Amino acid sequence: MNGYGGNVLRLNLSTGEVKVQPLGVEMAREWIGQRGFIAKILWDELKPGIDPLGPDNKLVMSTGPLAGTLVPAGGKVSFGAKSPATGIYGESCMGGHIAAEMKYAGYDVIILEGAAAKPSYLYIEDDKVEIRDAAHVWGKGAMQAEKALKDELGEDFQICTIGPAGEKLVKYACISHDFGRQAGRTGMGTVMGSKNIKAIAICGSKSIPLADMTTAVAKGKEMLKGCFAKENLDEWQDYGTAGVPVWANKIGAFPTKNFQSSYLEGNEALDGKIMREKMVINDKGCFGCPSPCGKYCYVKEYDVYTEGPEYETTALIAGSCVFTDIEQVGYMNYLCDEMGLDTISAGNVIGFAMECFEKGIITTEQVGREIKFGDVDSFKFLAEQITTRQGIGNVLAEGVKYAAEQFGRGSTNFAIQIKGLEWSGYESRSAPSNMLAYMTCDLGAHHSRAWSVTHDMAVGRKVLEGKAQKVVELQHIRPFFDLIGCCRLQWVEIGFELEHYPEIFRYITGFDYSQDDLMKISEKVWNLTRAFAWREIEDYGRKYDYPPARFYEEAVTSGPNAGDTLTKEALEYLLDDYYNLRGWNKNGLPTREKLEQMGLGFVVQELQGLSRKLA
Amino acid sequence: MRIALNEARCSGCRTCQVICGLHNFAENNPKKAALKIIGHFPAPGHYEIKICDQCGVCAATCQFAAIYEIAGVYHIDKKKCTGCGECMEACPSQAMFRHRAEQAPIKCVACGQCVELCQRGALYDADSKEVQ
Ligand code: SF4
Ligand code: SF4
Repeated sequence: MNGYGGNVLRLNLSTGEVKVQPLGVEMAREWIGQRGFIAKILWDELKPGIDPLGPDNKLVMSTGPLAGTLVPAGGKVSFGAKSPATGIYGESCMGGHIAAEMKYAGYDVIILEGAAAKPSYLYIEDDKVEIRDAAHVWGKGAMQAEKALKDELGEDFQICTIGPAGEKLVKYACISHDFGRQAGRTGMGTVMGSKNIKAIAICGSKSIPLADMTTAVAKGKEMLKGCFAKENLDEWQDYGTAGVPVWANKIGAFPTKNFQSSYLEGNEALDGKIMREKMVINDKGCFGCPSPCGKYCYVKEYDVYTEGPEYETTALIAGSCVFTDIEQVGYMNYLCDEMGLDTISAGNVIGFAMECFEKGIITTEQVGREIKFGDVDSFKFLAEQITTRQGIGNVLAEGVKYAAEQFGRGSTNFAIQIKGLEWSGYESRSAPSNMLAYMTCDLGAHHSRAWSVTHDMAVGRKVLEGKAQKVVELQHIRPFFDLIGCCRLQWVEIGFELEHYPEIFRYITGFDYSQDDLMKISEKVWNLTRAFAWREIEDYGRKYDYPPARFYEEAVTSGPNAGDTLTKEALEYLLDDYYNLRGWNKNGLPTREKLEQMGLGFVVQELQGLSRKLA
Repeated sequence: MRIALNEARCSGCRTCQVICGLHNFAENNPKKAALKIIGHFPAPGHYEIKICDQCGVCAATCQFAAIYEIAGVYHIDKKKCTGCGECMEACPSQAMFRHRAEQAPIKCVACGQCVELCQRGALYDADSKEVQ
């Protein structure tokens, strides 16, 4: 099929059975790829109520039709499963080169079912698929394991791995690839670990068929050159997202001291320029990327190599845990990456623990030592305790929501999460649309679906009207890139125009979709993942969409937005407006009419079968 | 065109490999490219570019006279090539490649497509530009 690898690879790890099925045209046409495939497969194949870490969960790896072709940055792959962090739909996206490689091997989707009896890895070389023993790499750091397997299998293999945190089922373990790219969120590395899979190694030699080769190549070249010509390309590729922390502080959005403030004193020392001078040794990009954001670093002070720190890592490690030395941040980035911890959740959880300690909610006795903000040894100690699930690490490994429930004494108010997923890098009390974006993200408190701080700045940071509209719009556009297998940062960061994508999509796949049609499909997936959560949790709805009390009861403590809060009434207004625009009921649940209009009749039927009351 | 390298600039995007396969085989398949990007990670953390510099050792090695020169560029005559691979072994730049679906090795013909799409200037035309 044009634009596709053409097959779905299904491995039952319990029985060792390997099945290859052709990807259906209907599936491709209706769900495009990547996140669309994942959502549909998880809806169809997972029984509600299963244990996310049991053999009934499935880990689905999928990329989209533009990946591996001559488009800007067609190198994205997503992993999906029922999330062990949130208990609802989980998914995380990653760059590097393995998305393209999957397609050269002939696969758009790889589904892992069951669980291997012993530590294993997947060996995929075109049609040759084997479940191999991984005893020799089990226990190794994520990048060490990748290196060991590369040395063993050859340079031509693209490999993703988990670190010890994934093996130990830490709820925010990531999947790592290309020595510094991670699918970090919602515990996809945890699910991989629960299946006893240390790595997936892929090498492909096949060609991807294109619907119209001549025009696809011409358009691809035009798009790449369009990116090359963007005015801010050079600044972007010098600093990547490492240029963002200082800006985020200037506008008061930097999550500081476990989100007490939105401004970190001394943040100038984290600037990309300083980072570049001190540690960057290479600009590293994903497959096909015209604007490489990866800043590959050697941190001399600690004698370690690491990709990054990129913005989110700096926000949650430097901001939330209070560090202003970029080399220290680089070192902690390295530690998390090797251990296989998502730097967002890990930074968030550790910042929370530091605050609990400062407030006397947890004690030296419980922790085993003193811990404090801004102390590398404290961070390292906690990261190691979490990864090995020792002492207090065993509680923190379950995530900030669970930890707060255990610690009590008001700590839930400042456990910065939604739906069980730790908040990523933007403090949003002074950015209502961005607050709403996090509140309504289908995964939990994450920025990937909609991010709209700049919109708040453009139309007024106290304004509430119209904010929901923007969030809805962005929740269709940004995740659209996660349908087609492309990075969104060319559009977000260097201003490359969205209009190009439907056109090249047509030349590559032969499917004649307008931009509107594609956005409708993106909206359909949005409704499906919301329905997935409701299928799992009977009383799902509005009450799952609120941020922690800190954001509506406490004011920002310092910086340009000191004194700001968002009232509970403001949050209600935003949610009402949002649900209304989505065609959902007051409780934030899709109505029968909306689902049917989206072509999700099968969802209506199943929800009714489970006695969910559809309005 | 004389293709020259500035490896320190390479970001590993492999766009060069994609366009090479498209241009020379009319296939979306970077595994059929006549150049190769090799990452050296985690240490020392850089990319290596394997590409032909048209030195002609392959032509001198070939027992079947399957490699010929036009204007300083060496081409493989696929009809004469037996796929023995001796040229590949002799290549001092390790810049000839094998693909399982092709009998003949894959070799750069200096078409310059990769240079056109290397945003980073890691591949450049030494005839039109001084060292970058
Ligand atoms: S912008 Fe960054 S994340 Fe996106 S493709 Fe390029 S290197 Fe990868
Ligand atoms: S196109 Fe340039 S930057 Fe990209 S891999 Fe090739 S040589 Fe490196």
